[in-house]
Amino acid sequence: MRYVVCIKQVPETTDVKINPETNTLMRDGVVSIINPFDMYAIEEGLRLKAKTGGTVTVLSMGPPQADAALREAIAMGADDGILLSDRAFAGSDTWATSYTIAMAIRKIGNFDLILCGKQASDGDTAQVGPGIAVHLDLPQITYVRKIESIDDKTIVAERLMENGYEVIQSPLPCVLTVVKEINEPRLPSLKGKMAAKKAVIPCWKAVDLQCDPKCIGMEGSPTKVVKIFTPPARQGGEVMKGEPSEIVPQLVAKLKDAILGASH
Amino acid sequence: MSDPIKITEKCVFCGMCVKACPFGAITQAQKKTAPVIDLQKCTLCGSCVVACKFDAIWMKEKSSSGIDLASFKDVWVFAEQHEGVIQSITFELLGEGRKLADSLGMKLCAVLLGNNVQARADELIARGADKVYLVDRPELAYFQDESYANVLIELVKKHKPNVFLCGASTIGRSLVSRVAVPVNAGLTADCTGLAIDPVTKNLLQTRPAFGGNIMATIEAPNSRPQMSTVRHKVMKEAEVNPARKGEVCLETIADVLLQCRAKRLKFIPEVETTTNIAEANIIVAGGRGMQTAEHFGMLRELADVIGAGVGASRAAVDSNWIAYSHQVGQTGKTVCPKIYIAVGISGQIQHLAGMQSSDIIVAINKDPDAPIFKVATYGIVGDLFTILPLLTREFKKVLGK
Ligand SMILES: Cc1cc2nc3c(=O)[nH]c(=O)nc-3n(C[C@H](O)[C@H](O)[C@H](O)COP(=O)(O)OP(=O)(O)OC[C@H]3O[C@@H](n4cnc5c(N)ncnc54)[C@H](O)[C@@H]3O)c2cc1C
Ligand SMILES: Nc1ncnc2c1ncn2[C@@H]1O[C@H](COP(=O)(O)O)[C@@H](O)[C@H]1O
Repeated sequence: MRYVVCIKQVPETTDVKINPETNTLMRDGVVSIINPFDMYAIEEGLRLKAKTGGTVTVLSMGPPQADAALREAIAMGADDGILLSDRAFAGSDTWATSYTIAMAIRKIGNFDLILCGKQASDGDTAQVGPGIAVHLDLPQITYVRKIESIDDKTIVAERLMENGYEVIQSPLPCVLTVVKEINEPRLPSLKGKMAAKKAVIPCWKAVDLQCDPKCIGMEGSPTKVVKIFTPPARQGGEVMKGEPSEIVPQLVAKLKDAILGASH
Repeated sequence: MSDPIKITEKCVFCGMCVKACPFGAITQAQKKTAPVIDLQKCTLCGSCVVACKFDAIWMKEKSSSGIDLASFKDVWVFAEQHEGVIQSITFELLGEGRKLADSLGMKLCAVLLGNNVQARADELIARGADKVYLVDRPELAYFQDESYANVLIELVKKHKPNVFLCGASTIGRSLVSRVAVPVNAGLTADCTGLAIDPVTKNLLQTRPAFGGNIMATIEAPNSRPQMSTVRHKVMKEAEVNPARKGEVCLETIADVLLQCRAKRLKFIPEVETTTNIAEANIIVAGGRGMQTAEHFGMLRELADVIGAGVGASRAAVDSNWIAYSHQVGQTGKTVCPKIYIAVGISGQIQHLAGMQSSDIIVAINKDPDAPIFKVATYGIVGDLFTILPLLTREFKKVLGK
């Protein structure tokens, strides 16, 4: 079985700030990590491999530095990594990103299961996983919280819904997006770290993927960011100290109308 | 391939572009030297082109998509239903959609997919829809990604809407991501603000990114429909007006489009009564300070009294005190209720990412320096085991329960 895991390198949220003077994003000195949800996707790929045999390939589209994210996944146990990096990819939105990744997966060839995180912590779109699925004309199971069974033809998985969960059966190949509940990601092993150091990570460019130039980067992106700004800072309000028996009724008095208004 | 953006000889090294770049992609080694654009960081947003007073930045023009934008009419809303019950997010979309349709001078239409849901169409009309596209088939009784997406793709191609709104719910996000690709539409996720540009008539879609630390406004100038998913509880629900009149269009769909490769074998509803915290107007959330699973009973009691859903921090979920579907934050759910009451939650950035846009935040924590107080509208410094029972009792009294 061949498992392909799509991972994105993202800044650690805590570090993203806007320069108050220029109102621009400050990314210097920002630590990059693997998107938290993608850690669960990697772990699930590794667990499935342990069960069925096969290989786990990690794939990332991004700047050359994303190489580090791929190596981290290899240190966890992934067999190999592929980087998609090309100036021609600059300005990609989720349409163009999912197209590019889908083209890379086509090039990889005989894959059985594609694993993605539920969403990336920078853009929070949750659009790339299903986007890859449609570009490849594959079925999808999103928000997977458990894989019940897998063989070389079929997968049965539980999908977390807002009011419960569904059990879904799909033929392979298929695209999964996973949530945190699915597992507990492992730490890299010493052996893994060695492998990660030595790994040769190919960098595929638009020409290698035989991409249609109209479908990548800015050309292939219907959406465009026209402005970014800091949301009005939330002000800390009133902190109430004192005897609980006195302040609790005060708080309730302040909230009463809002509660009555909200319960309609 | 040549670079899509360049700084030309007209540059006088003033550095305005460096300041203008929202992504920090332009740097100047020293004052009065040529600025350099880092194409890995550049998103081609064009801010620098606008900022440059010397016309010195050249950016490749996106070739026009060649589609006739004017042929796309009307504002569509996807009507999400669970077991025949229209979800409240749909009413929020109709409220917002009505405004957009009016400012575009277009019709507001709802798209309803389901089985035996014909009667629900009137509900959508009463909430402002001028027209309801209805596909009523046993195969559509419950949501399935492929069949639902196939139907929507078909309808979009046939009727060509200008704007297409959908809830940023579990179903909504899974579904429209599959629709936007084949119809070549721009899709913006989890919007919290929508408006029509008075000049271009494009849809301006504003949404939080980086866990709400920044906001971005996004347009899809050359493609139609303009698709967005919209966050729960941000837009105001449309009022009910039973006297409103509207048209119901029964759509027929080819059987083959209703086939799904991925099949639902069963659905297991969650036991907790008020589960869907994304839809809750009030949330009472507990963190590590709650200490045990049993103590969450205290939160549920308060929640019952004030009609709230129960949320939790990751620490509480990881301790197995409550199911993951209740986790609020970066690796859980994003919520935007009218009132969020955080009990024994310190307020780390990953938690705030999921709740800081709530209207009123109440924090109960014994540590006066807990970061949650920095965002709380009202904070009580004290022991939750004393305060929570008092709070429940007081609310019972005041609300007459
Ligand atoms: C990649 C990543 C993703 C994450 N995603 C999320 C996420 O989605 N959601 C999330 O919540 N967290 C997330 N976290 C974890 C987050 O960083 C915090 O660790 C977590 O939110 C802490 O939960 P807490 O506030 O309940 O616990 P703590 O930080 O331990 O805080 C407990 C609070 O309870 C107070 N307290 C204790 N006893 C009492 C008492 N008797 N009375 C009153 N107050 C009391 C304490 O003063 C303290 O402030 C994530 C972390 C990472 C690294
Ligand atoms: N640039 C990328 N490279 C590889 N995988 C990605 C990339 N962007 C998104 N993904 C995958 O798609 C998922 C959803 O991302 P998003 O739609 O951006 O929220 C992520 O969790 C990844 O698995």
